[in-house]
Amino acid sequence: MTTSTATDARPAVLAEGLYKAFGETKALDGVDLRVDRAKVVGLLGPNGAGKTTAVKVLTTLIRPDRGRAFIDGIDVVAEPMRAKARIGLTGQYAAVDERLTGFENLEHVGRLFHMPRSEARERGRELLERFDLVESADRVVKGYSGGMRRRLDIAMSLIARPSVLFLDEPTTGLDPRSRQSVWELIEELVRGGTTTLLTTQYLDEADRLADEIVVIDHGRVIARGTSDELKTTLGGDVLEVTVAPDADVERVVAALAGLACGEITVGAVGAVGGTGSTADVHGDKVVVVPVLKVEHMVPVVVRALDAAGVAFSDVAGRQSTLDDVFFAITGHAAEDASDTAETSPKGKSGKAAAKAAKQGKQGKQTEQMTKEAGR
Amino acid sequence: MTAVTETRADPIDLGPARIEEPPTGFIWVIKDSWTEATRHLRAVPRNPELLVFATIQPIMFIVLFVYVFRGSVQVPIDYVQYVIPGIFAQTVLFNSAFTGVGVADDLSKGIIDRLRSLPMYPSAVLIGRTVSDIVRNVVTFAVMLAVAFAIGFRFQGTVMGAVAATGLMFLFSYAFSWIQALIGLSVGSVEAANSAGFIWMFPLTFVSSAFVDVSHMVSWLRPFARNNPFTILTNACRALYNGYPAGSDAWVALAWALGITVVFALLTTRKFAQSTSS
Repeated sequence: MTTSTATDARPAVLAEGLYKAFGETKALDGVDLRVDRAKVVGLLGPNGAGKTTAVKVLTTLIRPDRGRAFIDGIDVVAEPMRAKARIGLTGQYAAVDERLTGFENLEHVGRLFHMPRSEARERGRELLERFDLVESADRVVKGYSGGMRRRLDIAMSLIARPSVLFLDEPTTGLDPRSRQSVWELIEELVRGGTTTLLTTQYLDEADRLADEIVVIDHGRVIARGTSDELKTTLGGDVLEVTVAPDADVERVVAALAGLACGEITVGAVGAVGGTGSTADVHGDKVVVVPVLKVEHMVPVVVRALDAAGVAFSDVAGRQSTLDDVFFAITGHAAEDASDTAETSPKGKSGKAAAKAAKQGKQGKQTEQMTKEAGR
Repeated sequence: MTAVTETRADPIDLGPARIEEPPTGFIWVIKDSWTEATRHLRAVPRNPELLVFATIQPIMFIVLFVYVFRGSVQVPIDYVQYVIPGIFAQTVLFNSAFTGVGVADDLSKGIIDRLRSLPMYPSAVLIGRTVSDIVRNVVTFAVMLAVAFAIGFRFQGTVMGAVAATGLMFLFSYAFSWIQALIGLSVGSVEAANSAGFIWMFPLTFVSSAFVDVSHMVSWLRPFARNNPFTILTNACRALYNGYPAGSDAWVALAWALGITVVFALLTTRKFAQSTSS
């Protein structure tokens, strides 16, 4: 892709056995990570899982108690300055100076990367254009919206063309529309070949942006793989077929066997966690069919059941959520983890954002999956 | 499927990574410090209300102290000539609290995280901040000086003496801004930095010779009041402004300023190297 890629076969980010404790809390408990060049790795976990600590260790802000980390093969503990010259960090808060204009913020960071003033300015203008901020370039950042601040923040991380971009919860606290625009921006960067490590609390975000997802909880990596791999192993999407109590469940299962990506289970209505089924007749049964992707499956199921000549009262599709994934791996819900760990000021807003994101998620799923299909 | 397919924007190709080894050498501490200082200096004219508030308090103090206490405070010289140097020194020192507030603001907004992730000398962030805060202080001082002259204060010593006294105050304030920066990094929020920055400066500046004659204080306060570095600073400045010998006070005050600067620059820089948003 680029000249640096050709000459440099080392992974852009490599971490081995990172361990960091704050008092009694193990923020990182033996984390291994690897980001290859031009790839995007998503670090997924609830608040307090250790995502931010991992990013801070990799970006030289925190020294690990044990373990090693390398940026382009450079040890971040032994040679922090050389490592810093190769990274761009967009932290959890949009680290923009509200008193300066967008352009001045960019120029300032460029200067601190020791770019000549003319180069910093030229590059700043280029990024403002790319990031759709030209009209606001000479306005003081104080008046920017949350989404604009975040875009500027990301632009500032990129001004010196870093080897690796770190994005720590890039959409936390953004409204659904800003979230969408930041996603599109990151996708454009990713397609342009920017090596990225991003952290997120949202499965759909990791799903949409990352080549590989690393799930962490309580400072440990509990799963890793592509989004599809995780969904398959961790439960994935499900189709729920509601049938009358006296229905021939065997025939229903047989009719749907070809569509499932795992074992089909049968339970009473209400017994299956979080079912969206509308049936509330006592004694109805639910046939739960795990599928890779739920989109466009409902008509297929209906036709299959019709062809088999079995009666049913409802068919509903449900996508796996972060909660499902977490529950499947850890046995506890993601929200619980955020309550017990990390009591930081951002806790509240983070949770509020999580709620907002959940609400906004349904509408986006279709389009999100379409994108993935085209990937 | 086709209905929901989005039009994709062009990928943003940023070009090859710009891999440069970070520069080393003392010159970059100065250059980076200046770059950081300009970040704050650019903001000064955009927030004139900050300057307004920074000047209202000293004007109030001058007017209050001079007209309220003039008749009832026993001092060896005219009270205006006595108290104005003290108010100058107090105000210039109080302004150091802005440093702590600014640092806490940068820390809580994640700006310190960003700066620490850049290939620059960490001390440049603090030097840039403390140096730029002098500018605000100069503006405040100029306003204060004009008000003091309007109500009858005069330099009665040499020009050199007045310059030396003013320089001494600013050195002291600069030293204090390193203490305030440490406070700002330690407390983590702007509100806490504001309280923690001011709270200790009240006893320090009031239990001193700035407003009253120390020998009239209750006996248990006198030892502190006499040896308080702020008393030494005020005495030195008062002597230099009024044209009588400052004795060793000027040198002792200078030593205090330099000592505090060195000690707290080291402590604050060390703290900075571990500071990160919570």
